[in-house]
Amino acid sequence: MPKAAVWDEGEANSIVRRHDGREGSLLPILHDLQAAFGCIPPAAVRLVADALNLTRAEVHGVVSFYHDFREQPAGRHVLKLCRAEACQSMDGERLAREVLDRLGLEWGDTTPDGRLTVEATYCLGLCACAPSAMLDGEPVARLTPQSLQDIVREAGR
Amino acid sequence: MTTRIFVPRDAAARAVGADRVAAAILDEAKRLGLAVEMVRTGSRGLFWLEPMVEVETSGGRIAFGPMTAKDVPGLFAGAAPFSAAHPLCVGRPEDIPFLKRQTRITFARCGIVDPLSLADYRAHGGWRGLERAKSLGAAATVEEVTKSGLRGRGGAGFPTGIKWKTVADTAADRKYIVCNADEGDSGTYADRMIMEGDPFLLIEGMAIAGFAVGATKGYVYIRSEYPDAIRVMERAIVLAEAEGLLGAAAKFDIEIRVGAGAYVCGEETSLLESLEGKRGQVRAKPPLPAHKGLFGKPTVINNLISLATVPAILADGAKHYADLGMGRSRGTMPIQLAGNVKHGGLFEAAFGLSLGEIVDDIGGGTASGRPVRAVQVGGPLGAYFPRALFDTPFDYEAFTARDGLVGHGGVVVFDDSVDMARQARFALEFCAIESCGKCTPCRIGSVRGTETMDKIIAGDRPEANLALIADLCQTLKFGSLCALGGFTPYPVMSAIKHFPEDFTRPRLAAAAE
Repeated sequence: MPKAAVWDEGEANSIVRRHDGREGSLLPILHDLQAAFGCIPPAAVRLVADALNLTRAEVHGVVSFYHDFREQPAGRHVLKLCRAEACQSMDGERLAREVLDRLGLEWGDTTPDGRLTVEATYCLGLCACAPSAMLDGEPVARLTPQSLQDIVREAGR
Repeated sequence: MTTRIFVPRDAAARAVGADRVAAAILDEAKRLGLAVEMVRTGSRGLFWLEPMVEVETSGGRIAFGPMTAKDVPGLFAGAAPFSAAHPLCVGRPEDIPFLKRQTRITFARCGIVDPLSLADYRAHGGWRGLERAKSLGAAATVEEVTKSGLRGRGGAGFPTGIKWKTVADTAADRKYIVCNADEGDSGTYADRMIMEGDPFLLIEGMAIAGFAVGATKGYVYIRSEYPDAIRVMERAIVLAEAEGLLGAAAKFDIEIRVGAGAYVCGEETSLLESLEGKRGQVRAKPPLPAHKGLFGKPTVINNLISLATVPAILADGAKHYADLGMGRSRGTMPIQLAGNVKHGGLFEAAFGLSLGEIVDDIGGGTASGRPVRAVQVGGPLGAYFPRALFDTPFDYEAFTARDGLVGHGGVVVFDDSVDMARQARFALEFCAIESCGKCTPCRIGSVRGTETMDKIIAGDRPEANLALIADLCQTLKFGSLCALGGFTPYPVMSAIKHFPEDFTRPRLAAAAE
């Protein structure tokens, strides 16, 4: 479950050091930092740049290039709804729109109580059981308006 | 007597309740005091039957599906538990027509074995390919792959053996094997199924590649959308290392690297940039990755299915594989039926089936029961085919001749409720979202194209705007370094060509007045 631990320079340094000697270690480091702190805060960009002898611009460029890296923490739960073609063919777009409208959100938004972030994803590889989604890394498929509503309600608790 | 029961741990099976079914089986067995050994397998790929439970009997395994936790007590009830009379019994899996009609080479073990059992892997023919490669020697191994006719299963269709030979012939202090498991195409899941259902197969394929070209380090680049596959592969590598099948003794290491949600990293040069810890921007070619790839060293970068097919080619000989197929498309292709299809699943077959056979006979038409209107083959960069082109054989050249592509083998079915103007718009929008930004036509053209499609959908001068789209697509096709910009015209132009009525609908024209 995504959590937003308070920034801790010592912990961040030990995460970076775990990857010492690894070739092309920037992405694995960023993944681990985000797993620990819920996002890649500006302090992390500076720290990683120093450790890898890169400019802050280079690290920022990588963080901002990849959809997965966040500059702000997500809500307590993250629901990724697939918007790709196989799910479209099974009315996934209408299903997604209903959820967003009911929650009063747009793609990428978090509910005001901070419990749920709804994001778009483009294919989870569950295309023979469309429409599909992922809640906190757990796959769910053959979604119906009812089953998706149940998932959202459960995550909103 | 202990009953062996098999329940898939494949992500798609889990997504429709396989874990709940497995838990219910264990609970019920405990309640009844029955001894049960549960094996969590990969999926057989018959997804409309998932969760599909298999029970070992004296007459082989029999299957039940699609199961829910509620159906479990019924499985144990009656005078004879696991009876073929159970309403959800589908008989022996091998006798189900969808499976019986296949030629399973790459997927021979998937859904049958315990993915993380090295004993199972060896008992079902594992490591025979690597052993034969070692006995043949490196050069003859490359030759064997070339003779098999295997072509890149990621979509480009480049002969795998030639790629390997180029790397083998390039002198360097270090070489790399990179597996492209960034399976981002909608409608495809073959890579995911292998990683979750038969991970040692990929390890063996990469070890053969390393031996053949003289590389000692391999990377598997897996997309972050596949957490289950990442877990299984990580574990499989640890198990293989413990047995000395990877590591110093084997002179070959494999490391998993996880992507970060960028579709363009499925493009080989973007993937290499990403592995180096950079933005996933495409590189211009030449230099080819085979000459200067990862960290500037000669690199074999292959799609997962290409690498996972190599062990069978080595084990049974190139001829055995090359005898299958048609024209220059040799061997088998794992076709992935997806979307609005009655029998969605993985169908591995020799090249040459017609698109109509695949969609109507094997797929059984739509899941909604409405008529099939369009089929997108080859992912988001693949063309939309109308029924009129259903005689197209599944073959690289035949699809190219009809302005389409086989791609990674995904087939997404749409019924007659689809609005093809919206699909064309989505193709451009997807290109805008995922463009790496290197080439101007892709970075800016995709955005302008999306806006122009909005005008067409709103009925604003459709003819003039369609001419603009055709012109833009021409620019994208010839002005982009990689397939994202270069192939986005396929879905857009095929939708316009084969379904023109959706772009000039009367209601749309009326809306513009």
